[in-house]
Amino acid sequence: MAVAGNWRKWLTLETGLLLFAVLYPLVPFVDLAADAADLSVHLDQRLVTIFIYGLLVVALNVQVGYAGLLQLGVAAFFGIGAMTTGVVTVDKYPFHFGFWGALLAAPAVAALAGLFIGAPTLRLRGDYLAIVTLGFGEVLRTVLVNLENITDGPRGLNPVAEVWVPGFVKELAGAGDDNEARLLVMYYVALLVLVAAVVLLHVLERTRIGRAFVALREDELAAACMGLDPGRIKLAAFAGGAALAGLAGALYATNLTTTADPTNYDFNNAIMVLCCLILGGLGSLRGALLGAALLIGFDNVLSPLLDKGIAALAGETQHPLAKYSAWRWFVFGAALIAMMRFRPEGLFPARRVAQELREPTNARAAEPEAS
Amino acid sequence: MFETIAQQLLLGLTNGMVFALVALGYTMVYGILEFINFAHGDVFMLSAFFALTLVGWFAVPGMDGAMLAGALLGIVVATTLFGAGVNWSVDRLVYKPLRKAPKLAPLVSAIGVSFVLQNVGLIWGALKMDVFGGGGQPAAPKSFPALLPTTNLLNSNTLTLQVKDVLVIAASLVIMAGLYLLVTRTKLGKAMRATAQDPQTARLMGIDVDAVIGATFLIGGGLAGFAAVVYALYINTVYYQMGYQNGLYAFTAAVVGGIGNIPGAVLGGLLLGLVRALSDQFIGAQWQPAVLFGILILILVFRPAGLLGSTAREKV
Repeated sequence: MAVAGNWRKWLTLETGLLLFAVLYPLVPFVDLAADAADLSVHLDQRLVTIFIYGLLVVALNVQVGYAGLLQLGVAAFFGIGAMTTGVVTVDKYPFHFGFWGALLAAPAVAALAGLFIGAPTLRLRGDYLAIVTLGFGEVLRTVLVNLENITDGPRGLNPVAEVWVPGFVKELAGAGDDNEARLLVMYYVALLVLVAAVVLLHVLERTRIGRAFVALREDELAAACMGLDPGRIKLAAFAGGAALAGLAGALYATNLTTTADPTNYDFNNAIMVLCCLILGGLGSLRGALLGAALLIGFDNVLSPLLDKGIAALAGETQHPLAKYSAWRWFVFGAALIAMMRFRPEGLFPARRVAQELREPTNARAAEPEAS
Repeated sequence: MFETIAQQLLLGLTNGMVFALVALGYTMVYGILEFINFAHGDVFMLSAFFALTLVGWFAVPGMDGAMLAGALLGIVVATTLFGAGVNWSVDRLVYKPLRKAPKLAPLVSAIGVSFVLQNVGLIWGALKMDVFGGGGQPAAPKSFPALLPTTNLLNSNTLTLQVKDVLVIAASLVIMAGLYLLVTRTKLGKAMRATAQDPQTARLMGIDVDAVIGATFLIGGGLAGFAAVVYALYINTVYYQMGYQNGLYAFTAAVVGGIGNIPGAVLGGLLLGLVRALSDQFIGAQWQPAVLFGILILILVFRPAGLLGSTAREKV
């Protein structure tokens, strides 16, 4: 009776999307329709990218959304996770941890890197932290690009250990089609990791440490007066977010079977993740996920189609700028500006963040009332 | 060996002048608003594109003598005004409505502006002009014609001091001296210093704080525009991403000198230019971002107030 009465409560956007994600590989109707229309969308493979970026956005949400630490180096921790996965699994190095080992090692190393960069810098004021993390990202990228005999340069370390495929899936996929089985398992592993992280963070929001993050964001001085240790809490948020970003990096490298070109982990990537978070809503798990789905989905699924459509219209005389991808950063930049101006709390805001962002703060007493 | 170092120091000095000019724009805005104008480097980049467009438009490379000098002067003035106008408009349209918002809002908006301006630069590079290589490859670096004489002033085979070096350094020094006089001797300068110290009290004393902020963006943009011409004439290459990296280096310079501190920005710029030249020579140009951003991180961690300290107020 209670279950029957409550079913409406469960029928939300989130459960709908989750159901879609779980069932999609069984009936990939978008791909089938696209194949019929000769478009090759491969939504099932693009969804994996969305899951991985979703994990990255909820990771950034721990730092920027919960704790209010604006950091611009999330791509660096993503990269560290991917590189760790490469180092502990490829033949070149003596570790050979395999997929599960990498899944543990990558977040651990990323969290250590988070502690390393966070410990000396977290006492800096907000915008300085942004710059230091940006600088850290640039230093890391330069080092990865230049230490070619360690990172294998633009090719990346490969082949990274494949995802563990259970026997019955192999049988189901049929002999000889290992790749199909691998992609399918990868899809569900990424989805499972994402769901686990989201559930964990959802619980965390209501624990002592989760509330401490928010208290710190709202008023550091007041939080300290209440007996919280701002330094340790900030460090916890920083390391936790870094660990999740590292986990996303491990999935990314496993999915590509290479650590890829280090320039994949650059500032633009960090901004992309920040865009997702701001679009969805700072501090809101739901916002982070939907932001990733909207923006990464748009960038990976719709924009190639858009480009293809324009190219078909333009024919052979296509101007180099007559395509969406030439205007990509214009669109993202304008989106950031518009969001900050008109809806700084994002599309799916956390109530408390919305209030904070709407209220003028005392700290900016510089400005008078509009005259 | 000695000549190599001397030559690199000279290169670093000229480069440092450009950094210093751009860093001034960061530092002045930060001093008043406590806001990192991420898009400042991209104003610099657009100004360089503007200068290149003028060069192509008026067929400057074909000129000589007095005509060339006049054209150069015109380009410098026009580009300075252009940079000032762009910076002022961005503030007016994007940052001004966010003055009362939490700090995150203008910072994120500035990142957005930076990406928008970079995309504008990319599109600008597709203009069908000869100076833009016909516009076929918008993202490719465009070469800026060498308009300044490259005669060696020194009687040496190993060490070169070209006319363009002297011109760049002299012009930058004149501009910086002018800025110094403006800030220390004029009424506007006094108002700017007062606003940086305490905006609310400044307003109570009858200072139009909004106008002062506008003037700050105007001056900062003008300096970036001027720096863009100097950079283009000296380095002879412009591309749509030049603002991002040079802007961050210039910001580093401002932090090294002590952000909010005007002489500090000049000192930081020169130091950074020298470090960059020496590291390019002895460590390798491919390590440049690691070296310079490494310095930024170390300075922020160990001496966040910078070398000369900060005149900007500290907030709890």
